[in-house]
Amino acid sequence: MVPLSWYLLLSAFLFASGVAGFLIRRNIITIFMSIELMLNGVNLAFIAFATVRHSLNGNVFVFFVMVVAAAEAAVGLAIIIAVYRTRETLNVDRVNLLKL
Amino acid sequence: MIPSGDYIRILPEIVLSIFGMLVMVIDPLLGENDDRKSIGVVSAIGALLALGATFIMAGHPGEAFYNILRVDDFAVFFHVVVILIALACILMSFEYLKVQEIRQGEYYGLILFGTVGMCLMSSAIELVMLFVAIEISSISTYILAGFRRRAAESAESSLKYFLLGSFATAFFLYGIALMYGATGSTNVDAIAAALRQGTPVMAYLAIALMMVGLGFKVAAAPFQVWTPDVYEGAPAPVVALMSTGPKAAAFAVLLRVLFGTAAPGWFWAVWIAAALSMTIGNFGALVQTNVKRMLAYSSIAHAGYLLVAFIAVRNMEQGVSAAMFYTAAYAAMNVGAFAVVSHFASAGEKYVSIEDYAGLGRRSPVLAAVLTVFLLSLIGIPITGGFFAKFYVFRAAVSSNLIWLTVIGLVNSAIGSYYYLRLLVMMYMKEPQSEESVPSVPFAAGFAMAGCVVATLYLGVFPNRVLQFAIESARTLVH
Repeated sequence: MVPLSWYLLLSAFLFASGVAGFLIRRNIITIFMSIELMLNGVNLAFIAFATVRHSLNGNVFVFFVMVVAAAEAAVGLAIIIAVYRTRETLNVDRVNLLKL
Repeated sequence: MIPSGDYIRILPEIVLSIFGMLVMVIDPLLGENDDRKSIGVVSAIGALLALGATFIMAGHPGEAFYNILRVDDFAVFFHVVVILIALACILMSFEYLKVQEIRQGEYYGLILFGTVGMCLMSSAIELVMLFVAIEISSISTYILAGFRRRAAESAESSLKYFLLGSFATAFFLYGIALMYGATGSTNVDAIAAALRQGTPVMAYLAIALMMVGLGFKVAAAPFQVWTPDVYEGAPAPVVALMSTGPKAAAFAVLLRVLFGTAAPGWFWAVWIAAALSMTIGNFGALVQTNVKRMLAYSSIAHAGYLLVAFIAVRNMEQGVSAAMFYTAAYAAMNVGAFAVVSHFASAGEKYVSIEDYAGLGRRSPVLAAVLTVFLLSLIGIPITGGFFAKFYVFRAAVSSNLIWLTVIGLVNSAIGSYYYLRLLVMMYMKEPQSEESVPSVPFAAGFAMAGCVVATLYLGVFPNRVLQFAIESARTLVH
């Protein structure tokens, strides 16, 4: 059986690549996908812990995360369309009317 | 079988959800040219009924739905605060939406649904419920931030809020996952019991990640960068809501997670976050020319003051109750300030720079006087709620020997008064730039402003009742 730590390392790696993608990528859609990648890293950690501990809490949590991520995607893509309509670009560096 | 008493413990949420759906059903039934004010009235009634339901709920304390929720004084306190905030925002939106030509049905629906999330955040003791509640409130506010759809700023503000908000949620979730791994449970009480047995290294990491997520939600430094941008672009009544409602609820979550689970090792992290938030918030606000941006930085600074109360660990009850009192006082004065800003902004949010407020004292004495009350309270002048809020926080800090943090806080309060006073000077001592008359305040918005003034002064003159209630609720939270 694959030991728990491997799963945790993979989940940490997925999460970290999500964070890196969020910070480095400039396309809004790619940034949004990076966030989904982070969530999947979290899901993997939940499943791994649930399997080791023989409890269902982790599995149930994953369902909630997936449902909420779907809701977030629906809203997020709508917002991205609204931005594209007003600015005609998907590059975050050019969505800069409000100074950061 | 779920006992029927459980449903009473989510009665305010049920009422809010029903009215949220009702509002969205009424909207398409109305004709294209009908006056849509009735939708706003229905949602205001919904908020009022929810407030009544909260008092019924308060009579039935205890756990509900297999330990997912707990109704105690703490939850009741935040229910009342959040629902009052929502009510004030609904009232000030009547006129705003008409002036800005914003579609109304979904708007009020989203405010009500968002409030459901905020209410659940304050009573959830199971991390699954907590996560879903945070998302209900966040997703509603993401959409609300972009409601001036045709304005590029609003869409951009919504996008930034959405991206950074979901980024923060992912951190919060990873924290929950690790906490589950470390303790084998996602229930606050069970986690507390497990952590008393001993603290695995993973639990420290979990707490750190959860604090990153919640730090974003309360806009505490170093996770505050999104705040000014989002507040500048979002519609003013929505800023009134999201700078107080989700924030109050997120502080409730932070209190539950940190104190409810008896989590270890966060003292210095919160210390630094508090000091940084106060400093960055106040120095950032000094150079702003846009009122909404200035109030955004001021809200970062106030999050800092609030965090000071968290670290007063030597006397937890005092610290927690000071934090709760601060949330209530901050909600009253900030919602009020944004009510004035949203009324004054006019079509397309034209008048939001500080120069536009020149001579307001002459052009509209009442509006200026109302804003003065809120600004004085934000500074922390006696007989306003802001004074006692700061006083209790710093008293708790001093009694826990946090001398340095208190000094930083007091220096910051002094710096902070500069930019609030600058706005006051602008209103009363500068010549008006335009002779255009300020439109008179309509009844609903006026009612919201009056309510905020009364609340601010009430907390400043008779703070005892609210504080006493906060102390009792703190006792139920800190075992």
